[in-house]
This record gives sequence, structure tokens and C-alpha cells, in this order.
Amino acid sequence: MAGNNNNDKTQAEQRAVDQPSNPSRRNLLKGVGVVGAVALSGAATSNLIAADAPADAGSVADSIVAREALEVLTALEAETLEAICDCLIPSDDNGPGAREARAVHYIDRSLASHNSAARHDYMIGLSAVNDYARQTGNKAFHQLGRDQQNAILLAVQNDNLDGFAPSSGGFFNMVRSHTIDGTFSDPYYGGNRDFVGWDMIRYPGIRLGASESDVAQGADLEPNHQSAYDHSTYTKMAQNMRGTPQSSVRGGRDHA
Amino acid sequence: MPRNLSKTDVVIVGMGAAGGVAALPLTNAGLKVVGLEAGGWLSPRDFAPDELRNGARNWPQSVQKAASEAPTVRATAADQAVQGGHPMMNAVGGTTMHYWAQSWRLNPWDFQLVTATRERYGANRIPGGSTIEDWPFTYAELEPYYDKVEYAVGISGQAGNVQGNINPAGNIFEGARNREYPMRPLRASPFTDMMGTAARKLSWNPFQGPAAITTELYDGRPPCQYHGFCNKGGCHVQAKSSTAFTVIPKAVDTGNLEVVTYARVINIVTDNDGKVTGVDYIKGNETFFQPADVVLLASYAYENVRLLQLSKSRAFPDGLSNNAGQLGRHYMSHHQGSPVLALFDRDLHNWYGLPAQGVAIDEWADDNFDHAGLDFIGGANLWVHTDRKPMAAAKMSTFGAVPSWGSDWKAFIMKNADRSNMSYIQKTTLPYEDNYLDLDPVVKDPLGLPVTRITARYRDNEKRIAAFSQDKMEQWYLEAGAIEVTKFGPGNAMGASTHAYGGTRMGLNSDTNVVNEWGFCHEAPNLGILGGSVMGSSGSRNPTLTVQALAWRTAEYLANNWRSVVG
Repeated sequence: MAGNNNNDKTQAEQRAVDQPSNPSRRNLLKGVGVVGAVALSGAATSNLIAADAPADAGSVADSIVAREALEVLTALEAETLEAICDCLIPSDDNGPGAREARAVHYIDRSLASHNSAARHDYMIGLSAVNDYARQTGNKAFHQLGRDQQNAILLAVQNDNLDGFAPSSGGFFNMVRSHTIDGTFSDPYYGGNRDFVGWDMIRYPGIRLGASESDVAQGADLEPNHQSAYDHSTYTKMAQNMRGTPQSSVRGGRDHA
Repeated sequence: MPRNLSKTDVVIVGMGAAGGVAALPLTNAGLKVVGLEAGGWLSPRDFAPDELRNGARNWPQSVQKAASEAPTVRATAADQAVQGGHPMMNAVGGTTMHYWAQSWRLNPWDFQLVTATRERYGANRIPGGSTIEDWPFTYAELEPYYDKVEYAVGISGQAGNVQGNINPAGNIFEGARNREYPMRPLRASPFTDMMGTAARKLSWNPFQGPAAITTELYDGRPPCQYHGFCNKGGCHVQAKSSTAFTVIPKAVDTGNLEVVTYARVINIVTDNDGKVTGVDYIKGNETFFQPADVVLLASYAYENVRLLQLSKSRAFPDGLSNNAGQLGRHYMSHHQGSPVLALFDRDLHNWYGLPAQGVAIDEWADDNFDHAGLDFIGGANLWVHTDRKPMAAAKMSTFGAVPSWGSDWKAFIMKNADRSNMSYIQKTTLPYEDNYLDLDPVVKDPLGLPVTRITARYRDNEKRIAAFSQDKMEQWYLEAGAIEVTKFGPGNAMGASTHAYGGTRMGLNSDTNVVNEWGFCHEAPNLGILGGSVMGSSGSRNPTLTVQALAWRTAEYLANNWRSVVG
């Protein structure tokens, strides 16, 4: 089971994920992820303030997405980026992708921290993507069909379109890199939800030690679905370190 | 005015790989040492197995002093110098906290490159424009200090030459060592076994390289747990033999070392006779003057040179110990780029690997092969290792097989994330007349002091080694069953590097070198310099162990010759 790794996961979500009766977490998320996206885009384009809707039984992804704060991105920026991430690492017959991993949630949070310098480029670039979508398809990017979206992204990647900062190809590479970060990084940072990224590439997860037998099993090793910060060694409490003499504290005396 | 502190015997600027080692023989000899460190103390709690934190967020080096004074880089004096990233960090232990921990001795050839090349191939084989000189001593002189550091710090490895007895399980090309390593090498893995077998089919001699990583209980520290987060991260069990967990605590225990953290040295002070009297440093919002009989400068190569260039005085109007105009010259960024990338048709089982767990080939390094029919001197150490993490794996090359995104890409990485390997090829790099370090005329650090400017590029000799060694690496991968091989470009500008050499070169000739054969300045004899900045040749392997052996040797010389050094 997933464990209490996601610090922003609510108890209700956790219960839903842990339900043994759920047929398949992966398939469930895959299914409702699409529904969730449709619901979201409808609300955002209607210019209405969404009323609190009763939680739909079983719509796990819906509630996950609904409960994500937008720390940096605007609602339209987040929808645009959600659609881009979905094109880059799609949910498909091979299983969940960047949407289920909540790559956008990761990127949004990262723009308030280690990617803060990229905020401006996202603002300009996402706006340019939508301008281009309206010029070529008469709709916002996230409202276009997948083929149209892919064609636009290919142009952003290769055709050096105007209106991007620093360039359309540079913007594409940045978003691609951040989408991968959000899909495959430690879930502590808000992406790689339910370890869909690590499962996708058959990474058996963080271990504090790996034996020769572990290594020999390769991708067949039982996946360890834990964040680095499920290990108390690396949290503030660090109970397993408390009272332990550490060579690192010796000599820490300063005279000035 | 700086606040005057009480005088100490020795002040060491920088408590990293070099300064940390030097502190032990000095304090063991009873000398009082103040170690000034720009960073703070870190503990195993600070080293989470977190690829994003180590890589993308660049912890712990991102907010350090070194990051704020990253050098600017340009290939030639005609180019515009641009500031880039900086690979180093500040902490007690310095970059030994988060380095790969490969801990090589140089090959004997690297110490006598000029003489050996003349004798074997003729004087005209030294590349034109190179300022290379022999070191002022041979490998045999440094061997006892390599030995002391290997045991004091804790290095694991397989010896290939103990007092002339060759063991093909180790590096048969290495210089003779007095005894075995203190610990057996890091263990093999399915990938290293595969590459080792392929190398033997080519009649090459594969071996596990040496590492500052424990493989058994050593000096109270547990063995490596192989969780694999060495690269840009510290060790959660102190298996990495950082100076912060080995020699520095031992020096503190003598009662003779006082470590001052978050101390940023801004000036080395000299009197009118040119004698060094101490250092000025900033801590918090206050400036202090730390007087000392002897100053040992042990920051990184760039900062060693920069601090000397910034420390102008009546006796040294062009920078400290620069009256001969040699400060900043003979600079080299080690050529460790131009890798080869391979794709295999099976999983390599590298998810729990580390950069220091790998296989080395030394057949094509240094002068281990005949260069008579070749158009270069020196060579490259070939290294393949087991490090792999999920974010980097997902960003793997697609070898042109699929687009870089979408369903086809996703299917590709699902299949191949554990099937690629990038070699690490370290090449002999030479100093040249117009490769140098000076102060950038425009870019300043947050204190308003100019940063270092690197003006340097690789020449034909380095690029020919790159092409030659890439061919060997490709041959090795193909023998091992690679289905795709990609070679990267030969390199041009020498960027800021974790392997930076020169700038305060060591040599007997005071017209062409800054420090003498013991590491003390020709022009300021009570100022010693530790680090890669004293090295006159690069070798084709990681420099840290050589830096540490040199540091121990300089410190031991100082302790044994105190009166003559103090003057």
C-alpha cells in the first residue's frame, strides 16, 4: 500500500486509494482522470464560481484535483499546462501518465520554490500557446482535440514560434523537463502521485540499502512505495538519531 | 577596521578535501590551528535519498558561497565571458561531502611527462604552445603520502602493483604501492560483470576503481549500503570518507584545531617585507583579522587564485605572490566530457548503483600504450559505472528511435529506462600559453569583489585523445552487446570544472611557478597552497586523492621545518 507518503493527501483520498475492493488503482485513476479534467475545464470556462458539489462516489482523481491549491499558476494557466503535460506523457493503453502523477501540481508548487525563476517564462509561454491555439483552432488549447494539441506542441518544439520567452523551443524543453521531474521525482514534492512514474519505468523505489540479491532482481524487485521522507532519518523528528553521538557535532564550536 | 583575534600558529583557509587532511598532521604535531570554513557542519540527517533535492534543487551547494562567485567562462580572449554554474560547495568537508569519491593515484608518467615523452618519442612531441613542465618530484616521492591518506581517510580498492608484484585483479599500470588498500573494493554488479567480461574478451584488464567509500566497518564507520544517492549527495551512514567524518574530527580531538564556520575570507594580509601575517574574514556582519605565523590556502582552485589576485599590497601590487606574473597561469579544466552513450537490449540492473561502483580500463591512459604512430601524447581512463536514478533515466536519449514525447516516447522509456549507459572518460589535459584565470572586469560577487574569469579551451592534443578514447569505448560497448552507440562532441571551451588544475603551479623554477616543491610560495615563504591549483599536469583520473596526498606532505613538511618556514 501507498503509506503516508503524500503529505498533502487527505484521509478521504487515502481511504479511497487503500480500498481493497477497488478493482485497480491504476485503471481507476486512469478513468476518472479524464472525467476530472473535463469537469474542471467546464467550470473554468463558464466564468461562474463553482458551487460546492457533493463528492461523487469513487471519483478519486476528481477530488484529488479539486483539492489542489493553485499556489502560483492561474486557473487557465493550470488547465493549459495540464493539457500539455497530458500530451507529453499521456495516459494511454500503457497506463497512467503525467496527469495521474499530478505533474502540474508539482510544477505549480515548484514555481514557488526551486523553479521560481521560471515563473515569467511560464506566464508568457502558456499565454502564447493559447494565442496560437485560438488562431489555428478557435479554442483555448485545452479545449482542442488531442491531434490539434499535438500539432501545436510540435510547432512549439520545432518551429520557433513568436511570443515565447526565451524561445518557443526553449519553452518546450523547459516544460518537458519539468513534466518529467513532476512525474518521476519523490512524491513529497507533489507529483509522482501513487508512484505512477516509478512504476511506469519499473524503478523499484528508494531503499536505504540494497543487497546483491536486490540488485540481481532488477525491475522484478518488489516495488518499495515510500518517499524519502517516510524515513524518519530525514525529517525534523529524526527519532532514530536523537541522543546519538555524532562526529558531525564535534568541533562545531565557533570563537567569533 | 577588522576586529583583531589572538594569534594562532597556522590558519587554514577552507576545511574541505585538502584543508581537512592538512589539519591532522599539524595538530598531531602540537601546532595550534584555526580552520576557517565558509560553510557549516552537515550531518547524515542532511542527506536524504532524493534525486530532485540533489539534482534539480541543487542542494546542498545552491546557496553556498561558491555558487555566488561562480567563474565566468570564455574560450579565447576575443570571446565574451559568461557566468555559468559552479560545481563546488561550502561545508566542513567541502565537496568530499557530495563527490563521487573516486580516489585515484596519478600514474608515474604524469609526474615526469616532459622527460618521459622526450626520451620515448622525441622533444617535438610536446604540443606547441603547451607550458607543461615535469613535477619537481617523482611518483615515488608522493607514494608514502598517498599511503597515509588512503589509510587515514579510508579508501577501498584493489591494488594492482604492491612493491612490484603485479595483480591483474587491480590496475596493472599503476605505480608501485607499498601495501594493499585498507579495504577491499566496492562489490561487483550484473552490469560491471558484463562489462568486465567484454573487456577481457578484448584482452584488456578490467578492474574496480578505488573509492573513498567504506566496504567494511572502518574506523567506526559502517560499510556502504549501496542505496546509490552518492552523486551530489552525502552519505546517510557516513560510508563516504568525507574529511568531515574522518580526519577533521580526529584533528578536533587533539584539542589543537578550532573550526570557525560561516567565515568568508576576503584578504590575505602581508607586511611591507612581503611576509604573510594572517587573513581577514567576514562572519555575519563583522570583519575579523586572524593573525597567524603561517597561512595555508586550501579553498578550491578558482578561489585560491582569486583570493591571491584580490590580496594586493605594497609588496605585491599585482596580487599576492604574483611578482613573477605566474598567478592564474598553467590553468586546466580536466577534459572529462565527450562521453559515449550506449543502449543495450536487456535491463542492466543499475537502479541501486553509484558512480564509484564501476569498471575501469587503463590500457589507453597516460603512456600505457605506444604513441609512436599517433598524433597526440597522453590518453584516457575509461570508466563505466552503475549510477541510475528515475528522473535522469526518464530523460534518457531516445537514440533517434522515437520522438521525445507522447505515447511512443512513453513506451520507449518504459522499455529502456534501465538499458542505457553513459561512460566517463577522463583525458590527459595539458596547460597552454593562453589558457589562464584572471579577475572578471565586470561580474562581481555579492560583496562587490570580481569573480574569476576562465579563458581556456582544449587544443588538438585533448581533442585527439577524445576521438581516440571514444573509439575504444565504442569497441568496448559493442563487445558487451550494445545495440546503439552515440559519441558526443570533442569539446571546446574549458568550463568551470570539479577538476580544475593550475593557477598556482608547483615547481622549482620561480620564474614559471608560484609554489616550491613543498607547496610554499616562492615569493611568500610562510604562505602554503593546497589543492589542485598546485598541480602541473592533470593525469587521466580524479584529482582528489593526489590533492590530499600533497596536502599531507605540505603539512608534514611544515611541522618538521617550522622554524625555517616561519622565518
